[in-house]
Amino acid sequence: MKFQPDHSDTEQEFVTLMLGDQLCGVPVNDVRDVLGDQPITVIPLAPPEIAGCLNLRGRIVTVVDVRRQLGLPPAIDQTGRMSLVAERGGELYALLVDQVVEVMRLSASRMEPPPPTLQPAWAAFSTGIYRLRKRLLVTLDVGRLLTIGGAVH
Amino acid sequence: MDELLAEFLTETNEGLAELDVALLRLERVPDDPDTLALIFRMIHTIKGTCGFLGLPRLEAVAHAGEAVLVAVRDGSIPVAAEIITLVLEALDRIKQILAGLAASGNEPAGDDTALIAALEQAGQAPAPPPACETAPTALPMAPTPPATAHTDPVPVTPTIRVQVEVLENLMTLVSELVLTRNQLLQLARGDQGTTLAAPLQLLSQITSELQAGIMKTRMQPVGTLWNKLPRMLRDLSLELGKPIELVLRGAETELDRRVLDLIRDPLTHMVRNAADHGLEQPDERRAAGKPQNGTILLTACHESGHVIIEVTDDGRGLSTERIRAKAIAQGLATEAELAGMSKSQLHRLIFRPGFSTASAVTAVSGRGVGMDVVKSNIEQMGGTINLSSTPGTGTTITIRIPLTLAIVAALVVGAGGMRFAIPQLGVVELVGLAGTGATEGAVIERIDHTRVLRLRDRLLPLASLTELLHLPPSRGDATAPVVVVIRSGTGLLGLIVDQVFDTEEIVVKPVAPILRQITLFGGTTILGDGSVIIILDPNAMARTCGISADTETRSTDAPGARGAVDQTPLLLFRAGGPHLMAVPLGLVSRIEEIARTAVEPTAGHPVTQYRGRLMPLIALANGLNENRPQQTVLVFADAARCVGLMVDEIVDVVQDRLDIELAGARRGLLGTAVLAGRAADVIDVSFWLERACTSLPGLPSL
Repeated sequence: MKFQPDHSDTEQEFVTLMLGDQLCGVPVNDVRDVLGDQPITVIPLAPPEIAGCLNLRGRIVTVVDVRRQLGLPPAIDQTGRMSLVAERGGELYALLVDQVVEVMRLSASRMEPPPPTLQPAWAAFSTGIYRLRKRLLVTLDVGRLLTIGGAVH
Repeated sequence: MDELLAEFLTETNEGLAELDVALLRLERVPDDPDTLALIFRMIHTIKGTCGFLGLPRLEAVAHAGEAVLVAVRDGSIPVAAEIITLVLEALDRIKQILAGLAASGNEPAGDDTALIAALEQAGQAPAPPPACETAPTALPMAPTPPATAHTDPVPVTPTIRVQVEVLENLMTLVSELVLTRNQLLQLARGDQGTTLAAPLQLLSQITSELQAGIMKTRMQPVGTLWNKLPRMLRDLSLELGKPIELVLRGAETELDRRVLDLIRDPLTHMVRNAADHGLEQPDERRAAGKPQNGTILLTACHESGHVIIEVTDDGRGLSTERIRAKAIAQGLATEAELAGMSKSQLHRLIFRPGFSTASAVTAVSGRGVGMDVVKSNIEQMGGTINLSSTPGTGTTITIRIPLTLAIVAALVVGAGGMRFAIPQLGVVELVGLAGTGATEGAVIERIDHTRVLRLRDRLLPLASLTELLHLPPSRGDATAPVVVVIRSGTGLLGLIVDQVFDTEEIVVKPVAPILRQITLFGGTTILGDGSVIIILDPNAMARTCGISADTETRSTDAPGARGAVDQTPLLLFRAGGPHLMAVPLGLVSRIEEIARTAVEPTAGHPVTQYRGRLMPLIALANGLNENRPQQTVLVFADAARCVGLMVDEIVDVVQDRLDIELAGARRGLLGTAVLAGRAADVIDVSFWLERACTSLPGLPSL
């Protein structure tokens, strides 16, 4: 795993994103690119978490449906979906989310462990919780999100 | 490692490979001054550089070798097999030292005094006595040396050394360029009268040329691979006591260096096999009226995007008896299964894992790792392997491999509203089924719920791409469906698609690791319009449909790896009785309905006029069913013969394992098997073909 939460009082940058009503974040260092709505080629026979493939400047990127990974229902309005591009083992992956919001700088010491009552699907991917002024931010682990069907890449 | 040393190593290794070939040429044509000069120059260069780099051990061996060659050049000693053997030994020692040097950066420790002494002695003596102890053989050498290579010297053109990595990078960039060019062209197509048209045209042309040029840098003649074979065979022929003649044809045939690397081991193995298993001992050959020297012929040529390499020996051929015995001993097949196999099916058993016919394990082969590895290596790169053998005259193994793995021509097809690419190398033909594009005589027929395609002389198993990929059913607006006939090994499969769009040059990109378990995909690619599509793997699709090849009833895959693999499509029918009979669908050429009046009696048994020839008709029991105006006939055919089997009723086509449990109660029947829960007699097609066509008139009825 590339990213481990650092508990010393350093600042950490997160790309924040929306999944339904929930604000989430992934470490900015794990993100190579942010993509707008892209045509995605569906791949038959693929696991349901794989939304398909897309063409990123001549490279083929496998798209992972984060909603599906977290056990959320498909979005009602699928227009304007965005993706975060991450690299694992020399391969490019795109994390398909509802919307990418902004980059946030947060102090590592403010991160709290995820509550034990969190849904198992979320608990498996979450690394911690930040209490922001108005809402909660759930940080997600990119490496775990890219683990499909128990296979580690 | 020292850069100077690294360069020395690369150069010397290449030089040594050439030296091997040149020495063997010298052995064959001892008085060729050019070859002598070449050999001398090369070994001299090695010696000179060693001294310069401070490699005393290497220098000493090279010096001793050179001294012998000087004596040969000056004519003070004749070129004899013993001398060549000795020099080759010196080269081996040099290679050993070089290998140590490459591994550690220092000369490995070792004692060369014996070798150097032998070399010195050989260089001084007017000619070593034939029983010289340095000669490792008692084989009569003259007049023909045991292994010789009939190759012409490769002309030397100026070259520069480029790192493979640089070329690989260039290749990737050119691939991207090709894709971008395709996208630009697509954009320009929708834009009439654009000022970009002319420069775009030029760009397109230059890109194509650049692509061809870069591809060319990756091409290497297959001869670079073959260079090592004469030497290997020479050693082999001494070890086995068989004089072997090696003939190489088409060494200049070029193919992608990655492909070349991949076929190196399979090819070596095939040649070793031919020498060890294929060729007989000299006395055996003489007894069979063959020349004493066995011949191994290697040919390479291009054929429509493929390279065909054949390894032929003029040895004893494959013994089906021995294969049969071995298969049973190794538990690879049961006797009943073997009984149901044709000759070529039996031959293909040697591609099964764990199979080896060499009764004894020799140093050369017979360790049970072999042809199965060769086969899987070849198939891994999208190639096929075939074998033909005639007892007493020899064996030919043909491998067919794609020229390059990077850029391929592909057919873009549509199914379930999506597009897919099928490599054109795997496509045999397109068959239209309806509308204006319909192919004459092509009909989809249903046998129960299984669809088969009747096309000319064959019945092809059919699969729908939509169903294979679990796509949503095609919408009604899909134009007339098309059958893409794809080849897998020697088997054919008809793939039903909704549409055929176009052919396009595509750059094959590997499938993402997450998707590797979906075996149907051979890769992904980006089309001219920028969309990502999946490349289908014809071999994998055929395997999934259970027809790995019509020459194999069972796949070589490990049992349980894929459920459908062991299953064969079987045609169930009734003929002359109420009980069920079966035949593998792959063996049925056609199913014909012929008019009763077209069945003509002869003294022996009925015939019908079929495609301008008389086709014997066989009844399994009471002959003709006179009550019906039409007679259903299963036509079985091979290259020269055909026979019709009159049946009462076609019952079904089932997918099942063909496990014959009870031996045949009478001739013409292989035995009884349980197919889809019902017992059925499996008929022996080869028996009927043999029967009907050897003695047409007096054929005794059953």
